[in-house]
Amino acid sequence: MKPASRQDRAPLMEALLRYKANRIVPFDVPGHKQGRGNPELTEFLGKKCLELDVNSMKPLDNLCHPVSVIREAEELAAQAFGAAYSYFIVGGTTAAVQAMIMSVIQPGDKIIMPRNVHISAINALILSGASPVYVNPGVNRKLGIPLGMAVSELKDAISKNPDARAVFVNNPTYYGICPDLSAIVEAAHEKGIPVLVDEAHGTHFYFGENLPKSAMACGADMASVSMHKTGGSLTQSSLLLAAGSMNPGHIRQTINLTQTTSGSYLLMSSLDVSRRNLALRGKEIFARVLELSEYARHEINKIGGFYAFSKELCDGGAVFDFDRTKLSVYTRDIGLAGIEVYDILRDDYGIQIEFGDIANILAVISVGDTELAIERLVSAMSEIKRLYSRDKSGMLDTEYIRPRVELLPKHAFYGGKEPVNLETCAGRICAEFVMSYPPGIPILAPGELITREIVDYIKYAREKGCFLTGTQDITVNTILTVKDR
Amino acid sequence: MELWYTEEHTPDVRFSIRVDKHIYSEQTKFQRIDFFDSKEFGRFLTLDGLMMVTEKDEFIYHDMIAHVPMATNPDIENILVIGAGDGGTVREITRYNTVKKVDMVEIDEQVVVTCRRFLPQTASSFDDPRVSLYFEDGLKFVRSKNDEYDLIIVDSTDPIGPGEGLFTREFYGNCYKALKKNGILVNQHESPYYYDNAENMKRTHKRIRELFPICRVYQAHIPTYPSGHWLFGFASKTFDPLSFDAARWNSLGLKTKYYNTDIHIGSFCLPTYVTEMLQNA
Repeated sequence: MKPASRQDRAPLMEALLRYKANRIVPFDVPGHKQGRGNPELTEFLGKKCLELDVNSMKPLDNLCHPVSVIREAEELAAQAFGAAYSYFIVGGTTAAVQAMIMSVIQPGDKIIMPRNVHISAINALILSGASPVYVNPGVNRKLGIPLGMAVSELKDAISKNPDARAVFVNNPTYYGICPDLSAIVEAAHEKGIPVLVDEAHGTHFYFGENLPKSAMACGADMASVSMHKTGGSLTQSSLLLAAGSMNPGHIRQTINLTQTTSGSYLLMSSLDVSRRNLALRGKEIFARVLELSEYARHEINKIGGFYAFSKELCDGGAVFDFDRTKLSVYTRDIGLAGIEVYDILRDDYGIQIEFGDIANILAVISVGDTELAIERLVSAMSEIKRLYSRDKSGMLDTEYIRPRVELLPKHAFYGGKEPVNLETCAGRICAEFVMSYPPGIPILAPGELITREIVDYIKYAREKGCFLTGTQDITVNTILTVKDR
Repeated sequence: MELWYTEEHTPDVRFSIRVDKHIYSEQTKFQRIDFFDSKEFGRFLTLDGLMMVTEKDEFIYHDMIAHVPMATNPDIENILVIGAGDGGTVREITRYNTVKKVDMVEIDEQVVVTCRRFLPQTASSFDDPRVSLYFEDGLKFVRSKNDEYDLIIVDSTDPIGPGEGLFTREFYGNCYKALKKNGILVNQHESPYYYDNAENMKRTHKRIRELFPICRVYQAHIPTYPSGHWLFGFASKTFDPLSFDAARWNSLGLKTKYYNTDIHIGSFCLPTYVTEMLQNA
């Protein structure tokens, strides 16, 4: 067995420890010089952390052109994830998604995707000049959430757009819903189209048992994996995975177009250490996470009034599989929007969950959770029902609003634009993003027609307390629209 | 040989007891349990290194946590005790013949097992037929109860570690729901003196005040707890502890070492700085 195939090693971490042991005198950047130059920061973040905040150098390799320890760490990650190549990303999964799209798309190329993709993917459309072909992901009308996209919808889009250069898909969605990825890959590959997968919320699929299948296992060509979300690495560290079908050098060059030349060793080593942990102990870790989330779901459903959904949603179509480590709860039957429950949990009970939308909340359960913490969440939910339940009439129903793309996102974003009052902007073409964050799925993207329905939705979301972002006008009272259509 | 048990009451203040013998130590799923023998305080129990009970001064804590609510409402029949693994609280409330049922919920069974073995002075009433022991998270236990108890006593550790959930708004809210319409909640309420204890005290008071119409705080002098000045919370749906029938309690003829009906009233008279802290909580 060659040394690089040993998952109990962490080459980058080991190199950093060697560097530290050698007591190198630094006459390079960073200027804090192992923390000595900034005692306040050292006191705040800890000496050990500052000592390891170093720059690229021969013994520590270089993220832009890895030849030694970073390369070895990336090879181990590729092996652990069942990929041919892996790339350490320090600009968040946003950077991974953008590199993934830009490495296969050229200006004007069509890319087929469901509309409920993360903002980072639509940003990549602006950067690359791609033309989106949106597929209806399907909507669960009761829960008001977009689903995972049915294979039949995709096949239809492919037959109408045989010149598409890529298919882009979520696995899973923020809510934990997975499409039939194997069938999607098969349908796309039949026409020679590569499949790119946003697995920001799917790191654990690669290591746990009884979980949905991962992109690499389904034969996808590339995947962006947020190690920092459920894999335990530091915020902003991520992995880009590629199959043997891809050109590894071209991907590296595309990443380097926008990624820093001063990659953080704290972020990179956190990827290395977390990969080792998952490879060695992932199976037990995610079995435990699954146990905790199943317990919480069961207890929350017992309270009544809440609906913590799970695999019963699976229909073989737009909901092919469900990630049971996610704790998504429908709250509208007690007369509260998800975002209202989200705010009450934080303000009154000191419990921070991942997000609340109009009808649901999402709590992320991970290896860091304990039974006692889960108990607090369940008890607080029970109290919220007792103290805050109210009549559920008058709450907005949500439907999939099929976007009408009138202009290339890039042209709408870079062209002439003018602000128009939210009340009167229906009928115009949007020139910016409007979304609530999280989940960060655009309600409007550049190039899309603004309709009355969309305006009403934005107003309702704002009234319920959703954090609306993306617009130049911080108050979201005006929307930038395309001038002179 | 010098052998001393030391607890840091603050990062800058230490409290030490000369130890004659370290007699038992165990790391459970939840915490570390230790028993020591000492000349001054007799045998004592610590959890995660923090003082819980000593043979010499436990009567003060247990008298005050049990007899104040029992004297306020002598008709109490159904009681839930949360925490209290040493048994002292259950020992005191089972002295009332009028009590019909005591549910005790302790998260760590090993505390009860070891106290039965090493602290028989407090662990003397677990076998009373009215007492049922449950070994689970108090927060979880109380969540499923509705309109069931006349009194809930929260005899917990500090709000760091396994006791954390017992200082939360969701816990007090669930207690409210578990209590009958005349229900009383008494809880270990930390101390006003050192900063960290005082912060916990204020937070606790604020959360309970938001839920119960009657909410008071009383005090006792407990030599082995940080600063020696310790508080209890008294919250109820109807009963005011200051208008109680002293003669009725005295007619029961219960012999106590700390509690009496004068100190019952006196313990609610708080120092000015404590009253202000509670008002501003």
